[in-house]
Amino acid sequence: MLLDDLINPTQSDELLDEFAKREIRRAMLAAVAIPGYQVPFGSREMPVARGWGSGGLQITLAVVHDDDVVKVIDQGDDDGVNAVNLRRLVTTSTGADQTSVAAEASVIQSRHRIPEDGLDEESILVLQVPVPEPLRGVERDMRELARMHAEADYSRMWVSLYEDKVRNGVITQTTGYPCLVNERYVVATTPIPRWDIPRLHESPFLTLFGAGREKRIYAIPPRTKVEPLTFDDVPFEVEDADGASCAMCKSSDAFLVSLPNSDVWMCSDTDWCRRTREANA
Amino acid sequence: MTTEVEYGRYPVARLAVPEWMLKVERLGRVYGPFDDAVIASTGPEVGSSKSALNGAVVAAWDVSFEVAAGEALGLVGESGSGKTTVLRCLAGDVAPSRGEARLRTAAGDVSMFELDPSARRRLRIDTLAVVYQDPAEGLKLNISAGGNIAEPLTAAGWRNFGNIRNRASELLTRTEVPINRMDDLVRGFSGGMKQRVQIAKALANSPSVVLFDEPTTGLDASVAAGVLDLIRSLLEEHRIAAIVVSHDFAVIEMLTSRCLVMQHGRVVENALTDQLLEDPHHPYTQRLVAAARS
Ligand SMILES: Nc1ncnc2c1ncn2[C@@H]1O[C@H](COP(=O)(O)OP(=O)(O)OP(=O)(O)O)[C@@H](O)[C@H]1O
Ligand SMILES: [Mg+2]
Repeated sequence: MLLDDLINPTQSDELLDEFAKREIRRAMLAAVAIPGYQVPFGSREMPVARGWGSGGLQITLAVVHDDDVVKVIDQGDDDGVNAVNLRRLVTTSTGADQTSVAAEASVIQSRHRIPEDGLDEESILVLQVPVPEPLRGVERDMRELARMHAEADYSRMWVSLYEDKVRNGVITQTTGYPCLVNERYVVATTPIPRWDIPRLHESPFLTLFGAGREKRIYAIPPRTKVEPLTFDDVPFEVEDADGASCAMCKSSDAFLVSLPNSDVWMCSDTDWCRRTREANA
Repeated sequence: MTTEVEYGRYPVARLAVPEWMLKVERLGRVYGPFDDAVIASTGPEVGSSKSALNGAVVAAWDVSFEVAAGEALGLVGESGSGKTTVLRCLAGDVAPSRGEARLRTAAGDVSMFELDPSARRRLRIDTLAVVYQDPAEGLKLNISAGGNIAEPLTAAGWRNFGNIRNRASELLTRTEVPINRMDDLVRGFSGGMKQRVQIAKALANSPSVVLFDEPTTGLDASVAAGVLDLIRSLLEEHRIAAIVVSHDFAVIEMLTSRCLVMQHGRVVENALTDQLLEDPHHPYTQRLVAAARS
């Protein structure tokens, strides 16, 4: 690319210019170098509302090339309205191909789930983050938050877990469970369910978290220790569908969600469910 | 063998000079720009801690003392004399303008004012605790009594829920907070009970130094008497070095064995509490004592 192209980018379908991509890549490199640390970046306006995946979209646009294959899901569903919209933006802007099969995808953008299978060393998982600050619930002052992270002073977070357990008998936080990354920074795993938390630990793939409204990027590099904050004598537990199985594919070892006002359970990961049914047939 | 030690003008016979736990030298804190002339333009002789030269407030100057383990030192003086300023400098809430404060720890002596802010805060977790006049400053009112105690415990690395509960209930029992209030928000507690929770929290990690700033001033007399009794017995049973700030001689008399009298930012008298009350030396102290006795 010529300097002139950078200064006067030609009109194209690209949603991010080269300057913006570079800035995001720099932020991502810093995020990978300091696992769990929230790196500020100059979040751009995207044709989606901030808080609706604009941070994830910017990361995806900065990592995807035209030879990539992308999968985009919303609540584990490739056909959710938001997923369809974001996927269209990514593929038209970058020329990348699309898939619903996680194993075929090189970049997977998601808000609520990690696909049940198919992620490996070659995969990059991009998570859309509405609230990147795990300590937001216990502190609002930005300088104090910065200090708490700098000193790894997470006692207020522990107190909130203590209070939760005292008040409710169990730790009630379901999605976005706070985790200690690489024994150093606490991150918000927002808003994936507990079910997916253990899968972030020592995972083969790179996870990039993007918060567009809050202008933050953070990362969990491959093979990194990820520990949910929990007391020694209060084991971390994932969601339990009470022995239920998927009404469609009969799986009981996937993350199931119940249909409203019923005890009918279904896989949250729709593509995994489809492939399981095909394999059973 | 006995040694003669000068406390103020009184020769006092003691068996041994106690080893200090906290040693403060020439501590000073000025609000506003200052030089020697500004310092000289304030103090008891001038009758003000505010300089007529530039309006700077010399809130404390040349304050020196030692406190030993198991000893409680009083800081008395009227409103604005600089007591809280001294305490806050030691607590790390306020930066001193001058002076040194050395603290004896298991890992050796540390110069507190030379520590970086994060090391300073770590000291506050397990070595030096503060009990504030206003419980809202030392406690989070929208958290349970147990949760308030859990904070210093988790900061010190406690990660076992059952152990944290046990330690919190042990501390609340010791400070006479009904154990069935442990899981209630502190906001709903009476003033005296809040102060007891604050004391329980201060003791969580068995600090070697505890600073009390007017611990009973906001309380009704009968409630205050109970809290004072508690503080006194705690100081007796743990070998804590304590500093007790109060404008009330009854508090100083009950809790401390030795005290400093402050006026306009300066120490005007340093004596054993009994002797100070019986036979005050400095005219200012005489006035304070007379007022307290009347
Ligand atoms: N932040 C500040 N800025 C300017 N002056 C201050 C500040 N804090 C304290 N001072 C002044 O320093 C002096 C000493 O105040 P300090 O609070 O230490 O007194 P005190 O002996 O604790 O009084 P009290 O018995 O009323 O609590 C006072 O003149 C006060 O107005
Ligand atoms: Mg005061």
